[in-house]
Formats: sequence, structure tokens, C-alpha cells
Amino acid sequence: MAAISLDRLSKRYGGNPVLDAVSLDIQDGEFLTLLGPSGCGKSTLLRVIAGLESQDSGGVAIGGVAVDGLRPKQRDVAMVFQSYALYPHMTVAANMALPLKMRRLTLLQRLPIVCRLLARTRATLRQIEEDVRRTAAALEIEHVLDRKPGQLSGGQRQRVAVGRAMVRRPSVFLMDEPLSNLDAKLRVTMRAEIKELHRRLGVTFVYVTHDQAEAMTLSDRVAVMLDGKLRQVGRPLEIYADPAERRVAEFIGSPKITMIEARVGEGGQVHVGSRLLPIETAQPPGSLIVLGIRPEAFTLVAPGAEGELLAGRVRLVEHLGSDLYIHLEGAGQAEPVIARLDAAQAPHIGIGEQIHLAVHAERMLLFASDGRRIRAATDRRPVAVVSGLRAAARAEYAR
Amino acid sequence: MSAVNAPSYDASSRQPDGIRQVRALPRRRPGEVFAAVALAGPAMALLLVLFILPVVAIVAVAVTDWQFGTRSLNFIGLANFRAIFADDIFLASLRNTAIYVSIVMPGTVLGGLAIALLIESGDSLRGFYRAIHFLPFMATLAAMATVWEALLHPTIGLVNNTFAAVGLPTANWLRDETTVLPVLAVIGIWQNLGFAMVLFLAGLKSIPQDLYDAADIDGADQWLDRLITVTLPMLGPIAMFVVVVVALRAFEAFDTVQILTQGGPGHASELLLHTLYRESFEFLRAGYGAAITVVFLVIAITLTLIQARLIDKRVHYQ
Repeated sequence: MAAISLDRLSKRYGGNPVLDAVSLDIQDGEFLTLLGPSGCGKSTLLRVIAGLESQDSGGVAIGGVAVDGLRPKQRDVAMVFQSYALYPHMTVAANMALPLKMRRLTLLQRLPIVCRLLARTRATLRQIEEDVRRTAAALEIEHVLDRKPGQLSGGQRQRVAVGRAMVRRPSVFLMDEPLSNLDAKLRVTMRAEIKELHRRLGVTFVYVTHDQAEAMTLSDRVAVMLDGKLRQVGRPLEIYADPAERRVAEFIGSPKITMIEARVGEGGQVHVGSRLLPIETAQPPGSLIVLGIRPEAFTLVAPGAEGELLAGRVRLVEHLGSDLYIHLEGAGQAEPVIARLDAAQAPHIGIGEQIHLAVHAERMLLFASDGRRIRAATDRRPVAVVSGLRAAARAEYAR
Repeated sequence: MSAVNAPSYDASSRQPDGIRQVRALPRRRPGEVFAAVALAGPAMALLLVLFILPVVAIVAVAVTDWQFGTRSLNFIGLANFRAIFADDIFLASLRNTAIYVSIVMPGTVLGGLAIALLIESGDSLRGFYRAIHFLPFMATLAAMATVWEALLHPTIGLVNNTFAAVGLPTANWLRDETTVLPVLAVIGIWQNLGFAMVLFLAGLKSIPQDLYDAADIDGADQWLDRLITVTLPMLGPIAMFVVVVVALRAFEAFDTVQILTQGGPGHASELLLHTLYRESFEFLRAGYGAAITVVFLVIAITLTLIQARLIDKRVHYQ
């Protein structure tokens, strides 16, 4: 069994830091996702864990053993690549058998045909064949064992790649954007299968993706990486509802979080334009801060109602069935404000209409001008409560 | 040279059978026919004048007793072919060519592959090594042959002097029946090595790094395992191409023979193209020479067909 421990990992490519003092403890059996935009260093981090690249400084330990300087095969990790990296000249069975052959047979036993005549080698080969068959059956790819990767569909190749990783029962699974080459529908199916695979195998998974949906649905914990640094590590909901800094808040969530400039007044009061917000902060009076609001935190209110935060003209309405996204302009913001409203409660909003939005105090996220998260003085409750807030906000609006 | 495409890794759709597709098309309008003729015409005309007509002419001449320069000729059927296959010089030439190709082809392919692997495995001076190995291929072989002649000179040549200095047996390399063909083959390898190397380097570049990473993870991380698991299989298509092209080039060896040995001593270094040249243009037996050319063409076309078949069917992983 293998927990992974990363200790202040740093790496530079030609002067550019790609990993900047990354420290992270991954529990045994955990599903951890490294989430970040392209070029943030998440794939490099995965490759360092795998041993395909070496770090400039810092250490990696797997299962409590330092593995720095060990070859990938000595680390007991398996990896699934974005391109699947199947050997195109080998059949599926040969692809899946390769990791076992490399481990169970000596160089001499692998090479010439003559050595296959030895009884012991034959027995080992039979055992390998049996293991491959069992893994293939588990992944439902038994019927393609004799085909070559070029004759398979994207989803089948993906399974073969997983099978090749699974067949030797590694204690750590590393996955580098394994779903990004699949079409949208298949991606959702395979996502569920990977989750199921993790549940069944119970080993540690480290999963790299730039897709929030994958990160949110699959992970026990998500590690958000930006510019080579780990910005926040936490449960998916926690990352979403309680971001540690402005850039994490902006990266996570679709549509994007709305950021509104605010000013700190006397006694920690927070003002947006001329409106006074129902929250307080410990920031010094006169300082500029930023108020972040998730699209679904907005509620529709009557003009001039208590708690109204902003008003604007509807520029675009996107109906999604149960919900609708309202793009609002002229709310004193440079970028359009996007609000997600319940379709049942906002049935007849048309383009060009003037609407008024309010936000419950508990859904307001404050960030300092340097991007740091500021905990509002009135919002001292633990994170778990936040998840129930949407329902609470609705109930309040209904009243 | 359309087959120099790199081994394609991802599955890409193969073209369907061209002929069947043309048949399935609806009738064309006259304008389209005109455009097609205008576009394909020049190439067709050149192909006709430079390739097809000469081949037809060669076959026609091969069944006559024409002497180069004379105004009369007679149809003599297959007599020329019967004659060449009864001719010891031609048979020796055919045998020598086979030996020559069977040394040059594997020597060039394995040597080129080894050099490409060495260059690709190191980081420093890649461009330099590439250039010096490619130079012999670019250089005029006629000029290079005279350099080889000087090197192989029995008394003042560098080769014999070096061999003597380290106690190895010396020889009159180009005048000795037993050494002349291997020496010509070595020069042939030296000349084509760069060509094979460049093609292999291109092939190596097109192997996805992911495959090596996967091999590392799977435990195939020793150089021999990597070579067997990834490199050689992925070079398959390019290797097949190199084998056939080098074999064809070896079949066409002419300049070294003409400049260094004129086929001698005896007929120990007589190669097919040289024999053909001598019969046609020195002895002016055009009909006889044409018969040899037909044999030569048959061999060349067979090799080309083998290449087309193998490259299409055997070594593309799709």
C-alpha cells in the first residue's frame, strides 16, 4: 500500500520554474486530482512522481520509502498516458503482457525463441497470459485481445491503456489527462468507469486534468496548481465554495465567478459603490478589496429591495432547462456579470430588461487586492455549512 | 520517393481502392475532361518521352541484331537473350552484382541505423556528425573514387601503409581478384551510409516520446529492451524503404567500377551496369546491350514492386 509524500519539489526548465516548492501528502488509497490550466506544471509533477523526470530539489516518497533516483519500474507505479502510448506493432494482449514479461522473465528468457522451449519459461508465459485474460475480462476487452491498437476505437484504446497499467497490480496509478482524447459522451462514461475502477482496486490514484468537471466528480481531494505552485488542496466542494485565493476562485467554476471592486469603510464596513454590504472585515479602512460572487449566489429581487447589490440590463439569456444563465451588463462592471437563476423562479426575463440582484452575506467571498482570501468578520462558520447555503438563500428569497 | 512518409503512429484512414472509386464516379462533363487532360498532360508527356518510350525502344532493340551506328537491323527474336545467358562475362557480372548488393545493402542499412542511433542518443555535435556522415552521399563519386584510388594504391596508399605499420597483411586491393569486389562494396557502403542515416534519423524523430515513457514505466528501460520494444518496430516502415532504395542504388553501381577497375582484374569486378555500358557503347552491340538492360529493368522493377507491396501492407501499424 502506498501513500505518496512530496517534499518541497522544485524544477526549472531553462530558468523557468515549472515546479515551485510543491509539498503534498497523498493518502493511501486516495483519489487525488492535480487540476490546473495547461502549462501549470501538473503533468511535470506527475512525471516526477513516476520517475520519468527528475526534480532539481526536494524529495518524493512512495509508501514511506524515498524513491528519488529510482527508475520508474522500481517505484511500483503505473501510468496511463493522454495518448495512451500503446505499442502500435503489438496486439492488445502483447501490450498488456509487456509489463509482466519485463518483470517475470529474464532478458535471456525474453529474447530468442529457443528459450521459450524451457518448461519454466513456458509456465511463466502461461501465467502471464492468464493474468492478461483476467484483466481484459474485468475491462470487457477480451474480444479485442488479438487486435492491434490501430484497429480499436478511442474508448477501447483507453481501456487497453488502463489494462496495461492494471495488469501488474501497482500500488499507485498515475493518469495524465486520460480522457481528453475522447468525445464528450464517451468521456462521461469513462469517467464513471475510472471512479468505479478506483473503488474496486482501492489503490492510490493521482489524476492530472485541466477539466474541472473531471476533478470535481472523481476526486477525494483536488490540488489546484497555478504557475508551478500548489495554490489549494482540498475536497472538491471546499475548493469551489471556499477558495483560498482569487485566482483559484476564478479558475474553478463555470461560468466564471463575478469579481466586483469594493472599498473598506469605517469600522470594517464594506462598500460597493454607494451600497453598504451586510458584512464586515478586519481590513484597514480605505483599502480596496474584491468581492467575489458565484453565479448561483445571486437571487432575483424587486427594485429597491433590501439587500440589493447590483442592477443591470440583460444582454443574453441562456436556458439550460432547470436553470438559466443571465448575462448582465451595465451593472457598474467592465465584464458582464453572469448570474445563474432557477428557471422556475425567473421565468420571463427577456433581453434588454432591467433586473436587480441580491446576494446573501454568507455567499460573498472577499479577496485582498493581492489576491489573498479575506475571511469576512461575520462569516466564521465552518466550510461544511456553506454547502447548504444555496438552499438557505432560496428559502430566504421565497419568504 | 513518395514513400518517405514517417511511420504513422496514430490510426489514419487508408485511402480506399483508387480504381474502384473512379468507376463509382458519375459521368464527367467535357470541361472537366479538358481540365484533367490539361493538368495531367504535361506530366504524362514527359513520362512517355523520358520513360515509357525508351523502355519500349529498349525492348524493341533487344530483339534485333542492331549495331550502334549502323543503318540496318534484323529481327532475331530472343537470340540476344539466349546469348547473354550463355555468356560467361554476363553471368559473372550478374553474380558479382548479387554479391555486391548482398554486401552493400545490409552493410549500409545496419551501419546507417547504428550511426543514426548513436547520433540520436547523444546531445553534443549532432549537426556535425550528421554533416560528416552525409558528405560522401553528396560528393561526386567520380571525384571521390580517385581519392579512394590514392588511398588504396599498393605502394604509396595510406591503407597499405597503415596496415603494414600495424602488422596486418597488405594487398593490391584493386588488382586482386579476391579483394576487388569487397573493396568496391566498402566504397559503396561508405557512399550510401549517410543516405540511410538521414532517413533513419527522420524515422527516429517521429517516434513519440510517450512510447519510450510507457516502456520505462513497463520496465523496458534498458537500451536493448527499448530498442526491441519501441525503436526497431517503430522504424519498421522506414527500414523497409531504406532496404529497397539502397538495394536499388547498389544495383546501379557504375562510377567506381568505371574509374577504379573497368571491371577487372579479369572480370572480377564486372557489375551489371558496367557490362551494359561496355557492350552498348564500347563494343557498340546495341541489341546485345539492350537485352542486358531488359534484365536490369526487370530486376529494378521487381524490387520496386516489392517495396510498394511491403510498405503498403506489412509494416504500417494501422
